[in-house]
Amino acid sequence: MDSTNKGYTSINLGHGSGGLMTRELLDSHIFKTFSNPYLDQKHDGAIFNIEGPIAVSTDSFVVSPIFFKGGNIGELAIHGTVNDVAMCGAIPKFITLSFIVEEGLSMTDFTTIVNSIKSAADNSGVQVITGDTKVVERGKGDKIFINTTGFGEVHPKADIAASNIRSGDKIIVNGYLAQHGMAIMSQREGLEFESTIVSDTTNLNFIVKDLLDAFGSKIHLLRDPTRGGLASILSEIAEDTEKGIQLKETSLPIEKQVAAACEILGLDPLYVANEGVFVVVVDKAIEAEVLALMRKDSKGKYATCVGEVTTEHPGKVVMQSAIGGKRIVSPLIGEQLPRIC
Amino acid sequence: MKYLNEYRNLEATKGYLKLIAQTVTRPWQIMEICGGQTHSLVRNGILELLPEEVQMIHGPGCPVCVTPLQLIDKAVALLEQNVIVCSFGDMVRVPGSSKSLLEAKAIGGDLRILYSPMEAIKIARENPDKEVVFFAVGFETTAPANALSVLHAQKEGLTNYAILVSHVLVPPAMEGILEDKFCNINAFLGAGHVCAIMGMHEYYPLAEKYKIPIVITGFEPLDLVEGIYMSVKQLEEGRYEVENQYARVVKEAGNPEAKKIIDTVFEVGDRAWRGLGVIPKSGYVLKKAYQAYDAEVKFGIQAMTAPENPDCIAGQILKGIKKPNQCSQFGKICTPANPLGAPMVSSEGACAAYYHYSNNLISS
Repeated sequence: MDSTNKGYTSINLGHGSGGLMTRELLDSHIFKTFSNPYLDQKHDGAIFNIEGPIAVSTDSFVVSPIFFKGGNIGELAIHGTVNDVAMCGAIPKFITLSFIVEEGLSMTDFTTIVNSIKSAADNSGVQVITGDTKVVERGKGDKIFINTTGFGEVHPKADIAASNIRSGDKIIVNGYLAQHGMAIMSQREGLEFESTIVSDTTNLNFIVKDLLDAFGSKIHLLRDPTRGGLASILSEIAEDTEKGIQLKETSLPIEKQVAAACEILGLDPLYVANEGVFVVVVDKAIEAEVLALMRKDSKGKYATCVGEVTTEHPGKVVMQSAIGGKRIVSPLIGEQLPRIC
Repeated sequence: MKYLNEYRNLEATKGYLKLIAQTVTRPWQIMEICGGQTHSLVRNGILELLPEEVQMIHGPGCPVCVTPLQLIDKAVALLEQNVIVCSFGDMVRVPGSSKSLLEAKAIGGDLRILYSPMEAIKIARENPDKEVVFFAVGFETTAPANALSVLHAQKEGLTNYAILVSHVLVPPAMEGILEDKFCNINAFLGAGHVCAIMGMHEYYPLAEKYKIPIVITGFEPLDLVEGIYMSVKQLEEGRYEVENQYARVVKEAGNPEAKKIIDTVFEVGDRAWRGLGVIPKSGYVLKKAYQAYDAEVKFGIQAMTAPENPDCIAGQILKGIKKPNQCSQFGKICTPANPLGAPMVSSEGACAAYYHYSNNLISS
């Protein structure tokens, strides 16, 4: 794809006018890139078939900076929604794609983002079937916002619901925590610090499918702890199920550099955002098999059991600290703010 | 993490907990001064591992908690005057009389959350047509960097930089607590990082005058249990000395370079403490020679005052007279999402620490 568009080096209001400029931008950047039978109809919407129950999820992506270590807003917009659909126990098939672009975004950046969307969609096995592009005046947006909505076929063996969780169930995560949040943080204005931490943004739909193929309804719940981190998701699960959750601090998979960066910035990795992490709550009888299957997959190499469901302290997550004490892990309130000293 | 994991060791911590249990023969109340210590005690679940004779009382050493309401109102007023206000993170959510800094940002204020005042100097340099104010909050620990920012502004001839000063000092606060007729503190864990700057000399007269042990202590679990053990040992042996548990960081004379920078820019003056009122000679004010960098003078906001919420018992919490869960508002009306007073806002605040981490909530 050309990184300029009819000589334009940046997006301007005309590209969102709905007229010829919009058409040219869509032709050069969208239709050619994502060509498939649904999109090629160039209709107002798409008509498609899905077998059986459908899982739908929508998400808007507003990350800043739009390019970060390990990825950009484009692939995030695919992975985020693909993963949300997968967490419903479904196999993502189709995705919609809407841009809100602030005028002045360079055509090169737009092109890079569109290319990343294309490869992320291909790698996740989803087709972009319809979309929208709007341009807002400078100052009315923040470079680019993306909304995606994903559709998936619910896996025939899946029975994913918080109500399936039983006391004794094991809580497993697939890999290192807090990578995405700390990668973003390391590049935020005023907070820049040198590190090699990269975002963990990736699609989780295939590893989830493998789990469902192998274990079916013994997989009780799937969640991806993005904003608010692991602590917020587990607090939600505890509250919704009125069951207790026990965590062990020493079991949490946190990469050394991330742990150190959190320490320096005074942030708790349990509350930092993830993009390639999921929590799976499973029947205790299959813990070892689940871990073995996950660890064979590159996206589950560091899979670890971090805790279990209990009848004690219903509605609360309690973590055993490294020195043997206990504390409540509460949901994140507002944004996590760095401490003074 | 080298130099951190060693101080989070289960076996070593257990060892000190055993020593504490073996040494203690009667109830003692020990106050940890610093909010960072409170945070670590609750976060690591140390409180419930201590024998019941040892009660920890959470002191006033949380800068966010003791910054008076009117200072927050002043910072909000500056945002409303189109000044770029720079602040440490946990200050921005503290409610002022009408709004917090974060709320002022939401309606258009230019608020920047920074880790260092030197970043604010950079912002002032890059925005010569805007006024930039750093909200200089904190104890002796943050004073050197804040003072340094003023010296840098002066050196660079930046006339668009000023600081809104709310610096408080630990020893006068300790004296204020000890003078309170309801005071029931038997020993102090001294604030390790404050002493890293100031040294130990200010604490000898306090220990002597009030016959109270002061053990300068660090922040990791092992530091805390060792500091508590040293305090209990002194109490049981009838000693009242200044001891240094945190010797790997705190030197007898502190950090002379940092102290020199503080003394160049600041002088000791009276300061209002949220919940405690005005304590004489308890904080830093800018010296006359640096008044051009005093945001209160520069923007004419010295006279602003603000009444505290009458339902908040922050003063009694900060003095250790009451525990957060003894407040009728705690966890009901007053929560981190809707704080009545500052100790519920800051992650170092005793109320927020109790709310987030304490097992006292598990049974309730």
